[in-house]
Amino acid sequence: MSKLSQKHLLGIKDITKEDIELIFDTADNFKEVINRPIKKVPSLRDVTIANVFFENSTRTRLSFELAQKRLSADVINFSASNSSVKKGETLLDTVNNILAMKVDMIVMRHASPGAPHFLAKHIKANIVNAGDGTHEHPTQALLDAFSIRERLGGVGGKKVAIIGDILHSRVALSNIFALQKLGARIMVCGPPTLLPKFIGQLGVEVEFDVKKALLWCDVANVLRIQLERQQIKYFPSLREYSLYYGITKKMLDGLKKPIVIMHPGPINRGVELSSDAADSQHSIILDQVENGVAIRMAVLYLLAGNK
Amino acid sequence: MQKKLILDSDLLDLTISRLCQQLIENHNDFNDTVIMGMQPRGIFVAEIIHEKLKKETKKDIPLGYLDSTFYRDDFRRRQIPAKANETRVPFIIEGKKVVLVDDVLFTGRTIRAAMDAMIAFGRPATVELLVLIDRRRNRELPISADYVGKAVNTLASQRVLVELEAQGHKQNKIWLVNKD
Repeated sequence: MSKLSQKHLLGIKDITKEDIELIFDTADNFKEVINRPIKKVPSLRDVTIANVFFENSTRTRLSFELAQKRLSADVINFSASNSSVKKGETLLDTVNNILAMKVDMIVMRHASPGAPHFLAKHIKANIVNAGDGTHEHPTQALLDAFSIRERLGGVGGKKVAIIGDILHSRVALSNIFALQKLGARIMVCGPPTLLPKFIGQLGVEVEFDVKKALLWCDVANVLRIQLERQQIKYFPSLREYSLYYGITKKMLDGLKKPIVIMHPGPINRGVELSSDAADSQHSIILDQVENGVAIRMAVLYLLAGNK
Repeated sequence: MQKKLILDSDLLDLTISRLCQQLIENHNDFNDTVIMGMQPRGIFVAEIIHEKLKKETKKDIPLGYLDSTFYRDDFRRRQIPAKANETRVPFIIEGKKVVLVDDVLFTGRTIRAAMDAMIAFGRPATVELLVLIDRRRNRELPISADYVGKAVNTLASQRVLVELEAQGHKQNKIWLVNKD
């Protein structure tokens, strides 16, 4: 008998360590389910879920949709690019119109930080944040921590370096919250212009040299350079970034120690991560994708049971 | 809280021996038979039966664990959702004679969910049900057990408490508990 402390999953900041462990234990069971000959369970057959995406996504959206279908939920998809949002409808109106069609849960991605928190105050349905601007991306952090737990047997006491564009990354923030709650030590690494000014106050170590960061850590979570969010130049050129912060297989082999490489995708091959590093035995990038479905099934299942 | 002993340790041993003999009678050489313990408590009964049959027949009958949490029909209808447990089916179920094992048969809803859960792994040739305690007159579905340890008449408000050594209890004991 067990339930989450929250009705929504808005961010990792709002949930407890016990919540995270319950999600992991449930995801273990779902991972077994999605490896069966019949990869489907009827748990959410009376639940309708709307995927409301105001921002582009392939992986997260596919992963959520697959998770919902594996749980036998009814799914409707909505993307802002071909909707009445273009005609000037407000967020609350859009969502209330969807809910009027008797939808039980909303999975939302939005470019504005805090958008799902705003919705949670005004509507009754369960909300899962699938990324809000540069704020949080809770399911990604959960699947990252789950993948570390799977590969290394646990998260507590492990050293995790988050490398790259921390400033624009919701994955970084959610990862820091999740891994700290589970007892890991965290270092952020990147060019000074891409590290938020007060990041040290979150209790993380700060490093500017990627080689030192790799030497220190058990796990390197490499983030994408988010050119689409960068209005001004934060570094001279992609080529220069890659020269100073790009990770190659040669660097990893030169460490002479086991290291785990993760990436939330999509990878800019040859920028933050070279092709041979991304495809090396250190990499668990595709395991992350598989675990993403199991984690999202667990989150949706547990929230649906928490009316 | 009133407690009444239904089965003590000695009697439980006898009962399990009898259940094993009945299984041997019906399954001959156990060539196509698999045992499936139901999570969370049926697995302990399944393990005891499995061990006993191993001694009697010198055969290691395949043993699996089945969790029916995700197949329950009362999800979102009860206050707190049930916690899921491990499902482990290390064999092919297609064409096998499955013996489902649980501790207590009550409304029959868990068994219905378990059959759904099992069919996700393939189509068994036959499915039988073995339970330690059959709570008669409380069934909500047309389900009955093929092998019954002990049938008891109970009220819906009562609860059957199974304490097994494998679960960390001092002695094997099964109680009927009056709530409040």
